[in-house]
Amino acid sequence: MTLDSDSDLEGQIAQWRAYTRRRRELHHADTEELEDHLRSRITELTEAGLRTDEAFLIAVKRMGSLDELSREFAREHSERLWKQLVLPGEPDAPAAARTRRELPVMVLCAALAALAIKVPSWFGLDLADEDAAFYARNLSLFALPALAAYFAWQRRVGVRVVGALAALFALGGVAANAYPLAGDSQSFGLTAIHLPLALWLVVGVAYVGGDWRSERRRMDFIRFTGEWVIYFSLLALGGGVLTAFTAGTFRAIGIDAEGFISSWLLPCGGMAAVVVSAWLVEAKQSVIENMAPVLTRVFTPLFAATLVAFLAAVAWTTSGIDVERDVLILFDLLLVVVLGLLLYAISARDAVARPGLFDRLQLALVVSALVIDVLVLVAITGRITEWGFSPNKTAALGENIVLLTNLAWSAWLFLGFVRGRTPFARLERWQTRYLAVYAGWAWVVVLAFPLVFDFA
Amino acid sequence: MHITKDLVAASATPLVLGILAEGESYGYAILKQVNELSGGRLEWTEGLLYPLLHRLERLGHVESYWQTPPGGRRRKYYRITDQGRAELVEQHRQWAAVVDALRGVWNTTRSINPIVAPAWEAGR
Repeated sequence: MTLDSDSDLEGQIAQWRAYTRRRRELHHADTEELEDHLRSRITELTEAGLRTDEAFLIAVKRMGSLDELSREFAREHSERLWKQLVLPGEPDAPAAARTRRELPVMVLCAALAALAIKVPSWFGLDLADEDAAFYARNLSLFALPALAAYFAWQRRVGVRVVGALAALFALGGVAANAYPLAGDSQSFGLTAIHLPLALWLVVGVAYVGGDWRSERRRMDFIRFTGEWVIYFSLLALGGGVLTAFTAGTFRAIGIDAEGFISSWLLPCGGMAAVVVSAWLVEAKQSVIENMAPVLTRVFTPLFAATLVAFLAAVAWTTSGIDVERDVLILFDLLLVVVLGLLLYAISARDAVARPGLFDRLQLALVVSALVIDVLVLVAITGRITEWGFSPNKTAALGENIVLLTNLAWSAWLFLGFVRGRTPFARLERWQTRYLAVYAGWAWVVVLAFPLVFDFA
Repeated sequence: MHITKDLVAASATPLVLGILAEGESYGYAILKQVNELSGGRLEWTEGLLYPLLHRLERLGHVESYWQTPPGGRRRKYYRITDQGRAELVEQHRQWAAVVDALRGVWNTTRSINPIVAPAWEAGR
């Protein structure tokens, strides 16, 4: 045996290992056990006088086809196809000690989030009364720091990142509470909407472990966000069922649980769910097909059809979009949804696959959204020239421009991609970089708008 | 000689438990031992052995642990538990009953000659 054939063998075994890793039925430990088996047989065969490459071939052949092997494993471990959602999957993986601590730390963070929303009530700020405005402004400051702390622990981020995170959350706290905003002012509403967005992106910094310059990691955060929304919605549904049963069963025995539900169950449960759903996303990551891309596949054609129908109707009736304030928000939300569909299609796409029908559909969706966005922009500009700037109108204008820029450049890149001129990665890079624009805009609305508009 | 699948499957558990009752072992060694004990007539596949070991572990008949000998690579060993020994005794009882019954049948059935190993296998 020469040194060369030894390294050859290692290469072949590594390949075999990589191949088995792709089997969901085989866990890491099983692969290791089978590899040991393979090596034992190879050793025996080479000792009997075979060359290593011959021995490898025979050993692999004797092991039988992986399909068959996986099927036998699947029969014994049928639970693996359901992939434990909650339990840390591999008890004897190297990181086992940390995995075991994962659950208690998550529970601690969730408890902190749940507790945080009760802290103001110790100082006489009651959730139900006129102090509701306080809660609306600060809502994101209860759960998101706990979530960021969880990720900071899990990713073992350095002191500097922790400092930056703390500073940003403190800034958010100041922005929410230092300005004298009346509960019915427009700036108040804008802060209540934009601060959670700004702070969610701060959580993103914790999620990527401080490595926010890495495009791959930022893409991971985009994926995480979509999955998190789905898990949070599912938990909210479950929470609704729990609430209904709590109210109903206690009423049956003559106890009124309303107070408990509205001041404990709903707020604390909601805050804890923020952390729990994040943990669920992490725990089942790479385990089942992610949900967000699947939903994207279903809704992209439907949204594209709706938008095209809407545009056709606009052309048919030759009426522009008559912008009322509520409708304005509707169109902004529509653009956000289109952008979401685009993002999740991108995040799940195999970057090297050739452009297909679905990509063309996506392009059609983006282009029709663009046209609608231009119509809305025209309408907003008309309103602003007529009535002047107000915080809401300015924010809507800014948001439309931010989204328009993204969609326009995405459409351009997408067109290039569908025609085979641009690699898909450029589209991905564009989207992940644009996160910084969202963060910047959200902070501007939170920090600068109240000053610019004199707390209107 | 080919041994049918059903028979291989039925005898697998007592064989593994019996081997592990002699002392702890690991997958490849168990496979080789089965091969030797049966004079090469029982050829188990990895797809039979490892899922079986995992099932026995799940049922609590065996337990496993990883060991790294100095300078060697990590290997998963199996050892029989008390419950596994009890199971082995039970299996032994059942198999003895089956073998007894079969022996009775072979003796009364004249059409079958007593089982004598064919001459070409006698030396093994």
